[in-house]
Amino acid sequence: MKKLAKSINLTLKIWRQAGPEVKGHFETIAAENISVHMSFIEMLDTVNEQLTLDGKDPIAFDNDCREGICGTCGAVVDGRAHGPQKASTLCQLHMRQFSDGDTIVVEPFRARAFKVIKDLVVDRSPFDKIIQAGGYVSVNTGGAPDGNAIPIPQEIAEKAMDAAACIGCGACVAACPSASAMLFVSGKISQLALLPQGKPEAAGRALKMVRTMDKCGFGNCSNHRECENACPKELTIVNIARLNRQFFKASFFSDEI
Amino acid sequence: MQLEAKIPAGPLTDKWDRHRFELKLVNPANKRKFEIIVVGTGLAGASASASLAELGYRVKTFCIQDTPRRAHSIAAQGGINAAKNYTNEGDSIWRLFYDTVKGGDFRAREANVYRLAQLSNQIIDHCVAQGVPFARDYGGLLANRSFGGAQVCRTFYARGQTGQQLLLGAYSALMRQVAAGGVTVFPRRELLDLVVVNGQARGIVVRNLINGGLEQHAADAVVMSTGGYGNVYYLSTNAESSNVGAIFRAYKRGAMFANPCFTQIHPTCIPHTGEHQSKLTLMSESLRNDGRVWVPRSPGDIRDPQDIPEEDRDYYLEQRYPSFGNLVPRDVASRAAKAQCDEGKGVGLTRCAVYLDFSDAIKRDGKDVIAKKYGNLFDMYQRITDDSPYEKPMMIYPASHYTMGGLWVDYNLMSTIPGLFVLGEANFSDHGANRLGASALMQGLADGYFVIPYTIGGYFAGTELAPLSADDAAFKDATQSATENIAKLMSIRGTRTVDSFARKLGQIMWNYCGMSRNEAGLKKALGLIQDLRSEFWENLLVPGTDKDYNKSLEKAGRQADTLEFAELMILDALDRSESCGGHFREESQTDDGEARRDDENFAHVSVWEYTGAGKRPTFHKEPLVFENVQLSQRSYK
Repeated sequence: MKKLAKSINLTLKIWRQAGPEVKGHFETIAAENISVHMSFIEMLDTVNEQLTLDGKDPIAFDNDCREGICGTCGAVVDGRAHGPQKASTLCQLHMRQFSDGDTIVVEPFRARAFKVIKDLVVDRSPFDKIIQAGGYVSVNTGGAPDGNAIPIPQEIAEKAMDAAACIGCGACVAACPSASAMLFVSGKISQLALLPQGKPEAAGRALKMVRTMDKCGFGNCSNHRECENACPKELTIVNIARLNRQFFKASFFSDEI
Repeated sequence: MQLEAKIPAGPLTDKWDRHRFELKLVNPANKRKFEIIVVGTGLAGASASASLAELGYRVKTFCIQDTPRRAHSIAAQGGINAAKNYTNEGDSIWRLFYDTVKGGDFRAREANVYRLAQLSNQIIDHCVAQGVPFARDYGGLLANRSFGGAQVCRTFYARGQTGQQLLLGAYSALMRQVAAGGVTVFPRRELLDLVVVNGQARGIVVRNLINGGLEQHAADAVVMSTGGYGNVYYLSTNAESSNVGAIFRAYKRGAMFANPCFTQIHPTCIPHTGEHQSKLTLMSESLRNDGRVWVPRSPGDIRDPQDIPEEDRDYYLEQRYPSFGNLVPRDVASRAAKAQCDEGKGVGLTRCAVYLDFSDAIKRDGKDVIAKKYGNLFDMYQRITDDSPYEKPMMIYPASHYTMGGLWVDYNLMSTIPGLFVLGEANFSDHGANRLGASALMQGLADGYFVIPYTIGGYFAGTELAPLSADDAAFKDATQSATENIAKLMSIRGTRTVDSFARKLGQIMWNYCGMSRNEAGLKKALGLIQDLRSEFWENLLVPGTDKDYNKSLEKAGRQADTLEFAELMILDALDRSESCGGHFREESQTDDGEARRDDENFAHVSVWEYTGAGKRPTFHKEPLVFENVQLSQRSYK
């Protein structure tokens, strides 16, 4: 059972881009002596330590919690958002998933709506704009009734929680051939449409959030299901079906414009 | 300087009501004349920003992450306490108050904790109204579970992602106010200085983390909700950007720091595996409900766990604490694990781990039942370690998790700088020397939703504020000194990376000011820190430029603060020669090795005032008066 700390050597083909307006390119960097117990982020740390000591510019990447919940990290690894491991963020991907001698291609989450800031760092602020358009229940602090005043069937609460698990990382957008944000948008719309607290504003919310998504430059859903395949929290396209239902209902039967 | 906690007079149960009545109000139409800066968007900062904007104040909110939704509150797993008594077990506001004061080992203010317990119920109501998908029973009512330090089920939860759901609730309220024009959010900004004019906190200087530009923002008050300093140990359950910087800069501008040595080391984290490691991942405390903690009976036994027969195993928690067993509080469990490893009975590659074994529970309840309870945690463990807890015992070891110390605040959550309010983990106020599970979320949201909206109004209504713009000389001075500091960090061009300093400091703090502390060790640490700090300023290597996205530079600035702050922590730990809560001084223990509190000499808050670079800070005392609870020695035997 005592595993020896095994190390591997890798070649990274990694995207370097100095800024949003500058042309980027792939750079080949050796990642040597990488312990298989490292996370992908720790591997990048190790490479950066070496680059720094060699007087070179370290690779810029975002990360924060390193436990798969904050949604800050992310890159496309060998063509897959967050890498080859299912239901995982980049920080939870460990190097034991790779073999000695592998070449790994690392790129930022690409989408028209996500501008590259530097190397692997992208601007995901359009997600905030979409939430601002209606991803909330309009209650001010202070006036709420008792938490048990409205019973919510357990099954509904569980479905709402499935939808609410989204961490806003943007992998769904990066994985989608049309760079759509439908999975992200549908998570919030589903959560709030399922719960009684969200129902009064459901129609306006669906219309405004979808409209804002379009304005931000995200594409439309093309039913490839790449999003749910890449989602680290396993949100399914059932949410997109719910979004569509909410959207049509609002378009045809509500006074919201 | 006299510390005035401003605790309202009268019976404990009436203090908050009375205080709210006595606080002066700002007319609704006048609120828009006041501008408030909020730094940090965790539970406390996001809830404060939203609630203040709802009242009509103009709010500018700053966060270090790329969006406010990512603050580290998001990682809280277990739940949030409230005294609803939905379970009919006899819970009450008084009981939640009592458990929290006792859990904090009688080192918190009664009045603050009572208010926290009072507000707990409103938090749940408000979060439900926001659409937070709390777990529910079959009948559709809210579900509760039990947590450490309590004998009732009062913890509300949303799977293992309670912090995430509560934060997203507060974030959505904040986004609603952004859309309504009440809040402007400034993401990817790091606070470099607090600007104090005429003794009042009136603004901040921040660095734009994308282009390196320094920006000045003036306001009528500043609210800091920037979290704790657990990353002083380098390896912790905190996020990478969690840091002491903001509150330490405020300390240097005159805000006093309370109880810096009170840190919480969480017993159940995944052990570290090597030098490369940047983070320790928490495994929820709830696992100790069914897992049995053990080590081999004899030191150096390197057999696989399944080859070690029952008689060669030491279930040390069950042995030593028969009535609480594996469910002793966090501080007790952590120290016990350390003691076993110190005796050479640790397991795993580094010999710095103990087993948490589910085989008996699986035999008793079946794999399905255990999977239903802990499946997601087991999966997470397997992803990180490549071992399945269904087949092999988990390996766990304690890690830095939360800090009870923070900036000193009065009952209004105002620091010793008028106009600087401090919320959430960044203040010291409610958890004493040890925080109970599921209390951090409660405190962050109580401060932000239900305390600051009232107390900041009281401040504005009773204070003269001169007109001020960000062109004022005070902003120029602060910007100038921040610029010089950055230039200094960039110009060293030595041979050591900032991470290597952070790792080294972390080791020093962990070894000498971690789970167990003694005078000789603390004094030794002081010298080691000073040496390391000298080397830092001589030999640091920061690549790139300061006009760019530059993580190394960000980290270097934080590390410079941490290297100074660490010394303050040590001073405080040296001064407090009693053991209490998470602070275990080896000199103060009972014959059987348990922590011994010294109420006669240490029933106070230790408060430190900055007096200049390289000078010893001035010590102040806020005596703690207990009128409603009986001080008792905690026993879990």
